[in-house]
Amino acid sequence: MKPAPFDYARASSLDEAISLLAGADGEARPLAGGQSMGPMLNFRLARPALLVDISRIEELTAISETPDGITVGAAVTHAAFEDGDVADVANGLIRHAASGIAYRAVRNRGTIGGSLAHADPAADWPPVMMALDAVIEVRGAGGKREVAASDLATDVMTTVIEPGEVLAAIRIPRLSSGATWGHYKVCIKPGDFADSLAVVVRDRDNGRCRAVIAGPTSPPIYLDGVATLVESADGWSDALQAEIKEAAGVDIRAASFCDGTDRYANNLHRTAIVRAAKEALSS
Amino acid sequence: MTTTTLTINGATVTADVEPRLSLADFIRDHQGLTGTHTACEHGVCGACTLLLNGRPVRSCITLAVAADGMEIRTTEGYDGDEVMAVIRACFKKGHAVQCGYCTPGMLATAYDIVNRLPDADRQRIKHELSGNLCRCTGYLGIVDAIEMAIAEVHG
Repeated sequence: MKPAPFDYARASSLDEAISLLAGADGEARPLAGGQSMGPMLNFRLARPALLVDISRIEELTAISETPDGITVGAAVTHAAFEDGDVADVANGLIRHAASGIAYRAVRNRGTIGGSLAHADPAADWPPVMMALDAVIEVRGAGGKREVAASDLATDVMTTVIEPGEVLAAIRIPRLSSGATWGHYKVCIKPGDFADSLAVVVRDRDNGRCRAVIAGPTSPPIYLDGVATLVESADGWSDALQAEIKEAAGVDIRAASFCDGTDRYANNLHRTAIVRAAKEALSS
Repeated sequence: MTTTTLTINGATVTADVEPRLSLADFIRDHQGLTGTHTACEHGVCGACTLLLNGRPVRSCITLAVAADGMEIRTTEGYDGDEVMAVIRACFKKGHAVQCGYCTPGMLATAYDIVNRLPDADRQRIKHELSGNLCRCTGYLGIVDAIEMAIAEVHG
């Protein structure tokens, strides 16, 4: 046994989970698939007094689709996205991203809500949810509140979710049928955390274009200059590539997204966004 | 202690376990089924992979208590399974076993690949195997074996 001792309770409803979490003086943590919590426990980086198992709560595994988009319970697994059990309202981007998360054995247990709440900056879901303007539903004793995917993480592995609250659902707006996307992940082996992860969504019918960059040192950011270029472009050219690279550099520096003296990281991020933009403009 | 009931290779097991006990440790230390191996114990290497409700999972980062009510299949639990019999024969034919430490996890992943991805080509097999490390670096034999098994099962 590697983890420090803790108590375990399986909640059968969201209200029960919230009351269990609230009763532990901030020393309780929700447990869904455990694919982030498991390693954290085994390394003793996390030492909760109580784990509240939320993986079997019906509300958290529910999926509901409307013409506007889809609402997915936080405890839906990556594999469910990969296998198409969750309708892909983003023209294939969601399914593509899901299939690149870790390995099948991890995707069978790991959940979208767990990944977002864990807020590893190099994880796969946060930049994708930002690029899709997803809204995160957080539930607590005080009721429900909604947080834009871009406002969820305040720092590396730190979110706006308070002790006693649970990330309950993710609402993903539907892209128009003509929308395109690009997704480019740089990692040392398939399934690894990203050294750089760029996502570009181009949905001109909805007037929505997003470019997002993620990496290991700080939470993902929007690259608005890149999004503007992608929105107005009518195809790919060397000149556009140079402009995107330049614009990405400006936004990355302005946000202090990575160490300004780390030329390798800066080039990696700029290259990733160029490739994602090219994919979005070529499909 | 938390009372937990699991089905392991078809047999129902009820035990009082500490919440912090991993499924891997429960299976190895409490049930004596040492075919499931542990190595990295943080979900990276794949040695501890087994089937939980028919799907491969990491037993080192799955708590035994969280698997309450579920069905577990370890490498000891494939008697009479025709697909696994083919995979094992192909592992032998393809020289896919060196020291053997990664083998139980490789077999669990191979079983999933052969059943779930009947059209998997060599590249896809390699991709799907990326979550199982072989420190002997005997990957070519393992990929060969899975390719042979897919052809034999689905051909």
